[in-house]
Amino acid sequence: MNSVIKSVAYTLVHAPDLVIHAGTTQTTERIVNPESEYLKQLPDALRTFEQAVNYAPNQAYIGGMTPEGLAEIPMPWYENAVKASRFGKFGEIAPQEELYLMMQICDCFDLVMLEAGFVSGVVKASEDHPLFTMSIVSRIKAGVEFGAIEAEVTNNGAEGLYHGGKLVGCVKKAHSIDENLSAHVILENLVSKATSVLSLLHLTKNAGIDPASIDCVIDCSEEAVGDMNQRGGGNLAKASAEIAGFIGATGNDMRAFCAAPVHAIISAAALVKSGTYKNVVVTAGGSTAKLGMNAKDHVKKGLPVLEDVLGGFAVLISENDGINPEILSEYVGWHSVGSGSSPQAVITALVTDPLDKLGLKITDVDKFSPEMQNPDVTKPAGAGDVPEANFKMIGALAVKRGEMDRADLAGFVEKHGMMGFAPTQGHIPSGIPYLGHGREDMLAEKITRAMFVGKGSLFLGRMTNLFDGASFIVQKNTGGAETGSISEEQVRGLIAEALRDFAKSLGGE
Amino acid sequence: MDLENQKRVKEITEAHGAENVVVVLGAAEGEASGIAAETVTAGDPTFAGPLTGVSLGLKVYHICEEEIKSEVDAGVYDEQVGMMEMVLNLDEIAAEMKSIRDQYTKY
Repeated sequence: MNSVIKSVAYTLVHAPDLVIHAGTTQTTERIVNPESEYLKQLPDALRTFEQAVNYAPNQAYIGGMTPEGLAEIPMPWYENAVKASRFGKFGEIAPQEELYLMMQICDCFDLVMLEAGFVSGVVKASEDHPLFTMSIVSRIKAGVEFGAIEAEVTNNGAEGLYHGGKLVGCVKKAHSIDENLSAHVILENLVSKATSVLSLLHLTKNAGIDPASIDCVIDCSEEAVGDMNQRGGGNLAKASAEIAGFIGATGNDMRAFCAAPVHAIISAAALVKSGTYKNVVVTAGGSTAKLGMNAKDHVKKGLPVLEDVLGGFAVLISENDGINPEILSEYVGWHSVGSGSSPQAVITALVTDPLDKLGLKITDVDKFSPEMQNPDVTKPAGAGDVPEANFKMIGALAVKRGEMDRADLAGFVEKHGMMGFAPTQGHIPSGIPYLGHGREDMLAEKITRAMFVGKGSLFLGRMTNLFDGASFIVQKNTGGAETGSISEEQVRGLIAEALRDFAKSLGGE
Repeated sequence: MDLENQKRVKEITEAHGAENVVVVLGAAEGEASGIAAETVTAGDPTFAGPLTGVSLGLKVYHICEEEIKSEVDAGVYDEQVGMMEMVLNLDEIAAEMKSIRDQYTKY
């Protein structure tokens, strides 16, 4: 029996000082052009926490509004703020100071130093936070004197943690010569861990589940955790599960650039369906490197720095309960080594190959969720509207396959797609942002099925020129009782397969 | 244009001679096509890559332009590019490409 999407959590952290100090566009600029106008203009282009909260795409991401609600707000969204809460149906938008505190909470090796006054101020301001339970609060350390932090940054190569331009803490290096344990790497890894933990805590609350009942966590974020003897050793999943109180869980990390989350969901669904585990969580934290990735274009065009949030999500996949939407594990799509890299070959492998196995047409899928990058961010940077381009390609393939009239192409984008609302955090936009809304839409019987597509640029790692991608279909629960009977979809799939074999046998004669 | 690709274009041009090289682009819209075309003719307009200040003046076309399309087997073209052709703004891309070639291509 198929496993189900039991619960989801989506979180963002507004991190304006990390944009300046940890985003690679900015760290690169400081090396190649330290006196640039861009670096001087950057601080004034950063948004406040309130602006990030009231930014409509961020609200769509955390479930504060639906994708349909977002589509009603005119673009550019940065000029049309909404009045919103930092908490949404799926999670929250947390401020930078809480991230630093969460990094301290997640630090098991005394590598994070926060100034004592800063710690007490953040603790006081966050005492009503619904997730600050005893087990989390008991991990908070009192903090240190400012002089000790300054000395670490000045003399020992620690990475400063800034808030409002002021030094409030640091992350120390964890080894004297190992680059994989440098302060920079430890900072990246701790941010990834802290944002993943934030999502895991929200997931536990949203699912109403005992944390001890989670059997396995798969981390699909972007960082490599390890040392000089094993740079990508892992296991960020288990490290995050520890802080979240998942005492019964094992875990492992899956990496495949931006396609990793879809690979992880496919694996988690199969692990539950096979009976190996009952409850598997797929989790991802945010990437500091990608903060302000396109900020040069944004600043040049007089826009605020829109890539000022770290993204995170967590998805609970459990045994079929007869209620929650099912993941069709036997009908996943993948881009194989031999698939070819033209857009047509990619969309065929990811979208139509699994649909053909099911005996379905492209138009039988109510909603597609490909890369869901926010076009407010990408269009001014010259990268176009990524989700719209994907919907157009899928629609064009439907036309080529004779499943739709060419005249219906524009309508297809609106009907089977949606506006992108995810921050450009690499793995975060890739398919998963709609999983929460899609689950709600299926539970409310608004749609029957949705397809989630992740793509990854493997060539960035210089080990292969190959592209990568994978997809899965989620559909409304069929009632789920374990009767052993086969579903209507399966019957259609079997008929389609039989017809194809028949046609092949005719062709062969 | 990706810095690695700039390096490759530069190396191929040095190895085979600028007059023997044609760059074929697959960018998804006019502006991106124009920037890539400018990079391999006038030099990298973003001043970031190996072609900064290097005016190769190469012949450069988009895969959807008639000059290249007519060189490709129709069946292969349909299989590899047919779907994208339906999606792209071909006039915008062709106008941008022609403008860059008219200004900077030396061959």
